Amino acid sequence: MSKLPLIIKREYLAKVRNKSFVIMTFLSPILMVGMIVLIAYLTELNDNEKRIIAVLNESDFFSNEFLTSETTSYVKYKDISLEEAKDSTMNMGYYGLVYIPDEDNLQKVAQRSFFYSKESPSTTVLEKLERIFKERLRQERLRELGISARDYAEMDSKYELNISTFDGEHNLKGLNEIKAVIGGGFGYLIMMFIIIYGGFVMRSVIEEKTSRIIEVIISSVKPFQLMLGKIIGTSLAGITQFAIWIVCGGILLFVAMAIFNIEPSTLTDSGVSGGIGNGANPILSSADTTMQLYAQEIFDIPWAMLLFFFMVYFVLGYLIYSSIYAAIGAAVDNETDTQQFIFPIILPLMLAIYVGFFSVFSNPHGPIAVGFSLFPLTSPIVMLMRLPGGIGEGGVPIWQLVSSILILIATFIGIVWLAAKIYRVGILMYGKKPSYKELLKWLKY
Amino acid sequence: MNNILVAKKVTKKYGDHTALQNVSIEIPKNSIYGLLGPNGAGKTTLIRIINQITYPDQGEVLFEGEPLRPEHIAKIGYLPEERGLYKSMKVGEQALYLAQLKGLSKNDAKQKLKYWFDRLEIGDWWNKKIQELSKGMAQKIQFIVTVLHEPKLLIFDEPFSGFDPINANIIKDEILRLKDSGTSIIFSTHRMESVEELCEYIALIHRSEKILDGRLSDIKKAYKNNIFEVGIEAAETENLLFELKDKFKVLSSDVDTEENQLNFSVQLPSGDSGALLNLLGTKGNINSFIETIPSTNEIFIRTVENKGIAHE
Repeated sequence: MSKLPLIIKREYLAKVRNKSFVIMTFLSPILMVGMIVLIAYLTELNDNEKRIIAVLNESDFFSNEFLTSETTSYVKYKDISLEEAKDSTMNMGYYGLVYIPDEDNLQKVAQRSFFYSKESPSTTVLEKLERIFKERLRQERLRELGISARDYAEMDSKYELNISTFDGEHNLKGLNEIKAVIGGGFGYLIMMFIIIYGGFVMRSVIEEKTSRIIEVIISSVKPFQLMLGKIIGTSLAGITQFAIWIVCGGILLFVAMAIFNIEPSTLTDSGVSGGIGNGANPILSSADTTMQLYAQEIFDIPWAMLLFFFMVYFVLGYLIYSSIYAAIGAAVDNETDTQQFIFPIILPLMLAIYVGFFSVFSNPHGPIAVGFSLFPLTSPIVMLMRLPGGIGEGGVPIWQLVSSILILIATFIGIVWLAAKIYRVGILMYGKKPSYKELLKWLKY
Repeated sequence: MNNILVAKKVTKKYGDHTALQNVSIEIPKNSIYGLLGPNGAGKTTLIRIINQITYPDQGEVLFEGEPLRPEHIAKIGYLPEERGLYKSMKVGEQALYLAQLKGLSKNDAKQKLKYWFDRLEIGDWWNKKIQELSKGMAQKIQFIVTVLHEPKLLIFDEPFSGFDPINANIIKDEILRLKDSGTSIIFSTHRMESVEELCEYIALIHRSEKILDGRLSDIKKAYKNNIFEVGIEAAETENLLFELKDKFKVLSSDVDTEENQLNFSVQLPSGDSGALLNLLGTKGNINSFIETIPSTNEIFIRTVENKGIAHE
């Protein structure tokens, strides 16, 4: 029908021309970056406070362990009593006083030492002081055992177990997690898009109801056409927004790279060559080559496949959820009435994200992960978290992927059909907030 | 084919609630047809079926002799009771959009809109947003959008509710002009007196059933019962009234002895007003002698009572 493009065009323009849309599109990335900068700045500010701590050392075991650093400086008291030291610390307004008594061995000294302060001390300060004591205790222990510091340092070797699949493919620890995080990123994107743009669809339906234009329009077009046009138009606006963000982000990244002088090609090049040349002796491999191996693995993730299935799951998942949102919008008269209906549809989305992050990360092919990647209301998110591991051997079995998509399509048809029925009846109902029971009755109209 | 629209035994149920029960109506071409009845009687449901917003469970609706098809939408103009416009959209853009949804091409729609905007003297509203307009202004736009695509059948649900008297008159005149140029018109309302003077045909709907329909003048003729309102100036009003009560069926009376005025209403045997007139002629000066025609409201109430349906 030629009317659908008209509706899509109107919905798209109505959304895109909206001032709040324009503002959000350009402001939210700035806000986001600003927020991160602000948090970083505030954290730094918080730790930047310089503290002065007094030390009253009566023992011979400590001499110059208390070194003034950027954030803490130490003032040493000598030949005064503990009480005098406390008074002095208080009068000078120092942060606190470390008291180290004189005992015949270090163990006892450490046990009897105290930190006095006006208020309960910050954990960073305590940790710092405790580290000094611990280090001193360890040195003493080593000295008693007759081990030199150099021997000890050599003892402390790094070790990681090599892992490999049966067909000899070299694997890296934590790679599942990295892959799941990438998939999770896609899943999260879908969830956010559904919640934000589903909400837009719903509000747009409510607006047509409250402005009473709805009956004028559906005397010209089928309610289903209007609903579809609305969903498509709104999601196109959403895609426009994302496209703007991606382009802006790309430009920013390019600018940042230019400023910090990073060549994008060197990243991938070193990843590939490092990956090939490496692997003979991972025990001795430096952190650098491990990083390269990871880079290689990430590079090896089937991005094209991932993007393809992202699109599939995105479109199907979004259509399912946004038609539910449209039905909710049609059922109510104003936005405050939507809460009781929205919660049940946010629930599976949240569940998908949490199950994804907890269960899929640790075991991408476990029963929970498989179950949730088949269940249609969670599969768009959970399946995407599993997919970076590949399809087929070692990855998601093909039957699971196929049945997941088939179930999703079947659900899509069913849900859109049900939602369209509720929508058709709901848009002409004014004045009362329906119960779930009434919604069921509408399906029979 | 003399009917623009025929509904045959249309039944529509919503769950357990019956909205329409075996309703049949015939709407002649180029007429003004009143669909009358109290709120909740089923008028809007019938109109929504005609507009293919909803569909009958049983029965069928013929438009120009053919069962309703989606193409007929472009030939019908509908101003619903619950009418509104997009608040944040510009007037012109919005009117264009709605016209295009009715199947007009963009250029056609523009041209026709310009004609109507000039006609109702609202040309300078094109770039305003609806939220900047008053309710009366918005109603003019709604009217234009309803008639813009030159439909053969126009349906107005509660047409004059919410209109101020000036706008209501403007719209009424425009509707009559459209009727003169060949359009058929349906008025649906529960305020029967508001359209009485305009309608040639009516159908009374009560509790999802049609209880009466036909040409309004025929119905009125059938429902009048020879009651006359008479006013006479006479010398001896008291005696006259006594004499009248003796000879005729006087229903009510009002005597003003100071002014020597007698007003009374009387039911005469059908077609015979001569005897009374002759008598009165000898007694004094007749000021008025009017046959009371029942209002649609009365007809409705009487029909409901006659059918033994409790009226609420």
